[in-house]
Amino acid sequence: MIFLKLILTNLLRHRIRSLISIAGIAFSVAAMLTVVTILQGAIGMFSGILSSDSEVIVFERNVSDLFFSNVPAAAVAEIANWPLVAHADPVLFGIVSSSDHPIITCFGVTAADARIRKATWIAGDRAMFAQHGDDVVLGERAAEFMAAALGSHVQIGHALFHVIGILKTANGFEDGGIFMPLASAQSFFHKQGSSSVITIKLRNKDDAAAFKNLVKGKYPNLIALKDAEFDRSYSQFKILKATAWAVGGCGLLLGGLGVANTMIMSVFTRIREIAILRVNGFSNTQIAAMIFGESAVVSVFGALTGLAIGTCFLYALKLVPALHGYIDVSMQPLVMLVVIALALLTGIAGALYPAIYAMRIRAVEALRFE
Amino acid sequence: MNTTAQASENGRVVLRAENVWKSYEDGTIAVLKGASFEAVEGQTIALCGPSGCGKSTLLHLFGGLDLPDRGWVSVNSVEINRRRNLLRLLRHEVGFVFQLHNLIPDLTLEENCLIPTVAAGVDRRTAQARLHHLTDRTGLSHRLGQRIQKLSGGERQRTALCRALMNKPKILLADEPTGSLDEHSSAAVFDLLLDIVATEGVTLVMATHDRGLAARCDRLLEMHDGRIREPESI
Repeated sequence: MIFLKLILTNLLRHRIRSLISIAGIAFSVAAMLTVVTILQGAIGMFSGILSSDSEVIVFERNVSDLFFSNVPAAAVAEIANWPLVAHADPVLFGIVSSSDHPIITCFGVTAADARIRKATWIAGDRAMFAQHGDDVVLGERAAEFMAAALGSHVQIGHALFHVIGILKTANGFEDGGIFMPLASAQSFFHKQGSSSVITIKLRNKDDAAAFKNLVKGKYPNLIALKDAEFDRSYSQFKILKATAWAVGGCGLLLGGLGVANTMIMSVFTRIREIAILRVNGFSNTQIAAMIFGESAVVSVFGALTGLAIGTCFLYALKLVPALHGYIDVSMQPLVMLVVIALALLTGIAGALYPAIYAMRIRAVEALRFE
Repeated sequence: MNTTAQASENGRVVLRAENVWKSYEDGTIAVLKGASFEAVEGQTIALCGPSGCGKSTLLHLFGGLDLPDRGWVSVNSVEINRRRNLLRLLRHEVGFVFQLHNLIPDLTLEENCLIPTVAAGVDRRTAQARLHHLTDRTGLSHRLGQRIQKLSGGERQRTALCRALMNKPKILLADEPTGSLDEHSSAAVFDLLLDIVATEGVTLVMATHDRGLAARCDRLLEMHDGRIREPESI
């Protein structure tokens, strides 16, 4: 109890300094949480597009980005007829632009595609999809920002398209995207006879390994991965995740420097007090534990405050209409745990030098020169 | 008479220094030049001498806060050196009282006194019992919850005395314990100090400039030119 009070006493003795350190950690944690959650959400949404009513995804081997993947139509046709396969949906991804929006995701899909079949149609008739080459269906948010309604025409790139439906979906990418008939998309993007990926629903989920081997044997330039495997191995996801953690880590490092500064000042301003504790029998371990305890308190308070700030910030972002569907506020417990653990580690690392300095204080010198 | 010989005749030796040398600034400032000393159990000893003569240095060596350049110091027949468990020495065998009370200002009287018991891992009940015993003896029991800033100089020094004795050390090392007090408070604190060390059977080694206080100790030793002498032998 007294040991705890020794820890808290010093933090309370310099309240402003302690609060600044807590704020440093808090904003670092909030930044890390926000960046990681937004990117994890984006990855989750993209991965959700791919795994919509499917277990396996087939794409070109060794491509850095699915937008550059080419799966030939012949392969799609053959794979769709394999006995293991319940259905195979080819999807062509493309990026298009309209007058005010330079980047809009475009999905070239067939009428049988799960994204078309299972979406909620706010306007239009699903049966009309892919009847004409210049027909498009818009996601709800895309219709909003393009100011388009059922029956209107929208300029996309160099061409004019007829809006025959508006879809509502919980996925931000789909909600802000454009759905074209596969053949139209192939023509628009000059990728005749190919798609970016095939999403596969198997008759029996347990056949995934057998299916992968079949693809490997028959099409050496293609690769089949289960959805979870794809999430883990797709280089773009890896880069995004690494970027998120690196940016967050840099923020936390700055927070850690703040803690280090506070702890160094804390030790320097009470050398005599530490000497007195030594004279009264405090060991090096006890002195270090006191210093680490102080930084742990700062880090924990900072982390909790940061989680609260980050959560509020994410909810606020979610309310921004332009970001609807792109922000997934459901924070993963693992992410929160990792963020708290990193904050604690940062705090402890920040207290390392001050603790060593405190352990090296010689009582006899501190007492002699007061 | 030799100081060590005189002490040995009167009881069990608890503190001994033999031909102790200590210097600072890479040997340019020699403070102790072959000091020898013995104290027996329960004895009160005053170390007198001019400022800078090495009284505090000697007390630090007795408490294991520093090591001699040459010679040796032993407490309870065990030499103080790098191999010795210095934590045990500081936690259980010696207690320090300084001229400045050296209490932690943001803690209460009670919390300050309990610090040595926290360091030594003494259980709470035992620590509380000892605290109440000592604060009763020193007239501080009604001030337990007070912060140090609210205590008078005499109360602070009495608190420091309680803290030094919390773990029942057999040796109390006091460096000008009344040096920062007025005459009245000084006399009161010193009376209390002598009374407690007598009843607790503690050996007191006190550095002081005050010849009046020093005369009330069992022995008065003079420090001169880095050595310790009985006054009549100087």
